[in-house]
Parts: sequence; C-alpha cells; structure tokens
Amino acid sequence: MSSVVLPASPSESRPGRFGAYGGRYVPETLMAALLELEHEYELAKADAAFQAELADLLKDFAGRPTPLYFAKRLTYELGGAKIYLKREDLLHTGAHKINNALGQGLLARRMGKKRIIAETGAGQHGVATATVCALLGMECVVYMGDVDMERQELNVLRMRLLGAEVRGVSSGSKTLKDAISEAMRDWVTNVRTTHYLLGSALGAHPYPTMVRDFHRCISIEMKQQILEREGRLPTAVIACVGGGSNAIGAFYEFIPDRQVRLIGVEAGGRGTELGEHAARFRGGVPGVLQGTFSYVLQDENGQIANTHSVSAGLDYASIGPEHAALHDSGRAEYVSQDDAATLDALVKLARTEGILPALESAHAVAECLRMAPTLSPRDILVVNLSGRGDKDMGIIARELKLGEPNAT
Amino acid sequence: MALAFNHKPGLVVYLTAGDPSVEATLAIALEAIDAGADVIELGVPFSDPLADGPVIQRASERAVARGTRMRDVLKIASEIRKARPNAGLVIFTYLNPILRYGCTRFVDDAKAGGADGVLIIDMIVEEADEYLAEMDRAGLAPIFLAAPTSPDERLKNIAAHARGFIYAISRVGITGKQQSMTSDAAALATRVRRWSELPVAVGFGISSAEHVAQVAEFADAAVIGSAIVELIERSTPEAAPGAVARFIKGLRLPQAALAR
Repeated sequence: MSSVVLPASPSESRPGRFGAYGGRYVPETLMAALLELEHEYELAKADAAFQAELADLLKDFAGRPTPLYFAKRLTYELGGAKIYLKREDLLHTGAHKINNALGQGLLARRMGKKRIIAETGAGQHGVATATVCALLGMECVVYMGDVDMERQELNVLRMRLLGAEVRGVSSGSKTLKDAISEAMRDWVTNVRTTHYLLGSALGAHPYPTMVRDFHRCISIEMKQQILEREGRLPTAVIACVGGGSNAIGAFYEFIPDRQVRLIGVEAGGRGTELGEHAARFRGGVPGVLQGTFSYVLQDENGQIANTHSVSAGLDYASIGPEHAALHDSGRAEYVSQDDAATLDALVKLARTEGILPALESAHAVAECLRMAPTLSPRDILVVNLSGRGDKDMGIIARELKLGEPNAT
Repeated sequence: MALAFNHKPGLVVYLTAGDPSVEATLAIALEAIDAGADVIELGVPFSDPLADGPVIQRASERAVARGTRMRDVLKIASEIRKARPNAGLVIFTYLNPILRYGCTRFVDDAKAGGADGVLIIDMIVEEADEYLAEMDRAGLAPIFLAAPTSPDERLKNIAAHARGFIYAISRVGITGKQQSMTSDAAALATRVRRWSELPVAVGFGISSAEHVAQVAEFADAAVIGSAIVELIERSTPEAAPGAVARFIKGLRLPQAALAR
C-alpha cells in the first residue's frame, strides 16, 4: 500500500511508536491532557508509594495473582498438547479489565481529577471502571453503544448499581467504536476536569503503553507459574484480541522468548465480507482511527467499516498499535475464529472443566481446541481466559436455544 | 502564504461536501462566496468525526451514505476555483481518508484543483513531518488548530508550522452552536498573536451576527460551521443556496443594528 506515507518513519520526536504504528492523532484540544497524562504516568511509575498501593489493591481487592489452572479433562479429550488456563476470569468484576481500571483510577486521583469517563463494549471495562470509581469516590460516566447496551444488559445494571451513569450511544454502528468517539467528545469538552479511562491498549500515546503496562502482571505471573509447574516455557500463549489489552498483557513478558509462539485470536464473525467480522489483520489496512495508527477495517474511501462479532468486546474496527507491530515483524501470529466455533468452544469448556468463559475468551479457547490435537503431549498451550461468561448468558441462551428442551 | 480576508471581519464558511449532494454543495459554496464568504472550508465527510458535534456528524453520515468520495470533494473544489478565482479555499478533513487516497496524490490533486490550504483536524504538528514536506512541495498552506488548552510552547510550535491562517478554537469542546462566546477565545487569540503574523480565524460555536461582531474585536475572521450545516439540513436542496446566502449577509450587521 503505497498510499500510507504519513506515519511510516518513526523517530525520536514521535513518542509512543511501535515500529511505524501508534503515535498521536487527536484534535489539538486534547494534547495538553495527553502530555500531562504521559508526564504523570512517568512520575507514578517511578513512585514506590504509587506502585505499592496498586500492588496492594491488585492483591487484596482484585484477587491477584490469578491461578494457572491445568485443564486436565480438556487435555485428555483433545489428545495433544497440555492445556493451561490463566484464570483472569476469577478476578473481581470478572475480567482482566480491573488491572487497568485500578492503575488508571489511582493515576487520575494523583492528577486531581474527580470525574472519570470510560467507554465499554461488552461492559466488562465499564463495570471495572464503575467499581474503581466507587472505591475511590469519583464521579463516573460510561459510554456504551445502544446495540451493546441491549446485548450486555446485565453489565448495564451492574454499572448503575455501582453508581455510574451509563450513556447510550445511538450514532454509527451503535457499538464500541461509537462509544469511544462519544467518550472522546466528552473528553474534548471536559478535558480540564475529567480523566478518560480508556479500556484497551488503543488510542493516542500514552494509552497503548500505559494500558499494556497495567496488564503486564498477567504474563509476569504466567511465566513464573508455568516455570514452577513445568520447568519450561510454553509452546504457545493464546489470547483473544479486540483492542488487544488482555493479549498484550499475556504476551509481553514472552516477547524476548522467541521459542514461545504468541497467538492472537480475532473475531471471525459470521462471514468474510467487510462488515461481517472484526478480523483486522485479514481484512484491514493501516490507517488512523481514534488517535492511533494501526490496522483498520475500512472501505476504499477510508470510511471505517462496520464490524460484527457475537462478542461485543471484540467487535471493533481497529486493533492496538503494538499488535500491529508484532504482526508485521512476525513475532506474533494472528488468526480468527468465527461465531459458531466460538460457541462450540464455550460449550466444550463448560462441559469438560466446569468453566464458563466470556464469549471474547471463548475465541481463544476455540483456537486452542483447533491447535491442541495437532501438537504432541510435550507441547504446552496457555490460554489467557480473560473473563467469565456470566455477562453473556442472555446471548448464549439465545444462540444455543437453551430455553428449549434438548438444547445443544 | 497567508490567506487574504477581503472583508472585516473575515468569514470562513464550512460546508460538508456532498450534503445534500455534490451539485448542491457547489451551488451553496458559490452563493456563499457571492454573499460575502472570504474562505470556503470544504469538509471531507468521514464516518467517525470525533471532534464534531451532532449537526456535522449527521451531515457527514448523510454524505457518506450518498457515496461522497475524496475525488468528489476535490471536484467540487476545482469547480469552485474555476467559477470564483479569488475566493479562499481550504479542504477540511480527518486524516484517514487522506491516508487511503494517498498523501502525495491528495496534495497534488488538491493543489491542481485550486485549494489554498488543508486542515486535518486530527493531525498535530509533532506528527506532521512528511505531510508538511508534501504540502510545502506543492505550495499548499497547512492550517493547524490552536486550542485554549494549548500552552505557549505548543502555540509557538503551531505558529512555526502553520500557513494560511491559524484556526483558534473558541472553547474546549466539539463543534456546534452556542449561546455566547467565552472569554477563552479572546485570550487565545491574543496568545496566538505573540507567536504568529498570520491571520487568526476563530471557530467552534459561532452562529450569529453578535458572535461575529465579538470575534471582530480580537481576531481577523470567524468560522461558521454547524449553524450553516443545520440551515442546509432544514432546507430543500433547491432552497439551500439562497437560505445560506441570506444567512451570511446577515452575519455582518452594522454596529447600529447590533446595538438595538
């Protein structure tokens, strides 16, 4: 694609680059806030008291470290690689999202901001943000597409119970992309008093770096736990990728370990046409959406495409810029699993291990089910089980017709 | 490469290209110029206009739904240039449509079509090296935003790279009409002038002759966007050019009329 000329040459004057990707593409109004955030984040990183408070909350409030669980029955049934599950689903609020919400919440308090805004797709980031705002005594507004509010009603109710205001977004595709745009509009308007607690490793610098750092604990623990259990590194780490926050958290510590395959699983949706899926590396080209340069699903005129996935959390037209760099360098592999395979995987995990994964995480499980039988018992697969599926029961019940006798 | 404002105060009129149609945008632009607009800011419709309020967002959605492409926008620009050689002409866009069209090709085609300058609303000076080189090569003016939240060192950097005029945002927030001007706008214009000799145009929220008169006290020009786009939304395609012309004529009321 010769037309991508602008962000192609990273340089010192352009912070927040992952290869050619990342950067800052925002209205000037937000620049002062982004620079303040970058500065405060650097100070907080170096501040032992900040790090100690975050570590305490991650341990006692969120429930870290999460277990690395050997899925014995699943391994036996598939007859190939040994399968481990990193149980981020056991965290408080039900997903990895709490790691980042706690980190940014403490940072916002440190910056003296009393109002927090966030966007959410599946609702897990919204719930995590509402939870942290309740914990820290801050005002919380969460933007959510109308379509997502309908399919994730339980999480809408949880956010309201926690004291957050949930604002429906009726523009565009009424999903995550539009919720992010609306949150950015709010931020542009209220930038002096408000922190935007962005929920994935996306957006303008410093967000992709900062959000990744707050999720690094996943791979730090994972590496230590697998070495304790098996005495060696896994064959592959598998994680679902919407914006890519759980995946970058699960991959990061393994990036230097070239023998460990890093596999991101995108939403294959219900077809291969533009608008039928959210597989950015299969159907997207590099472009700029919502502040960052990365792969974007778009038409030939540069208009952002609509997406589809059974899981609201993966239903996004772009992907975190660090994943774009990992993709281009070949260090990580990106595949997709469609809605049907995902639902099959969800049922399989529920019935063999008694674990109900989030629909997002079930994409990673589906890839694990495909890979494991092709590998030997000496191989080890670690699946990052990013969240639990309670929030998805309405969709799962509808898709699997659980209300009818003899369903599935 | 400063753009000329032939009236005092100058008026920059924003139009979303392709709303309600490519032909209508051309007709509206010509009427707007004849009614006293110094500069037409021709907006490339984009699916995800995150700095814009609901009025321009709706216009963008309608234009995208009609299939308006970059080359249609550039065609309108060249028709405006042919018909009104002396009017100022600026392309207003988000970055992604340019990346997809190709930056070099865009700059060449915009220049050939007679544009004077380009404003990319999600492009900050720190990210703009290649873009600035292309603009310089073609002889087009890169226009940058200055915001009330921009500290002085940023304004200095913006002033060093901007050509044409400096677009000073009247308030923190998205585009859209508002009841009264904030004091942010005057303070910002004063700060911008410390670093730049370019004309200062003030935009975001300007919708009446009173606002324009206020802007005239501290800046060179006012940018009118949402108020005109909303008027077009409410008019039929046939009536829109006349309605826009009447509205623009009413924006430069004599002081006596304003005092009443």
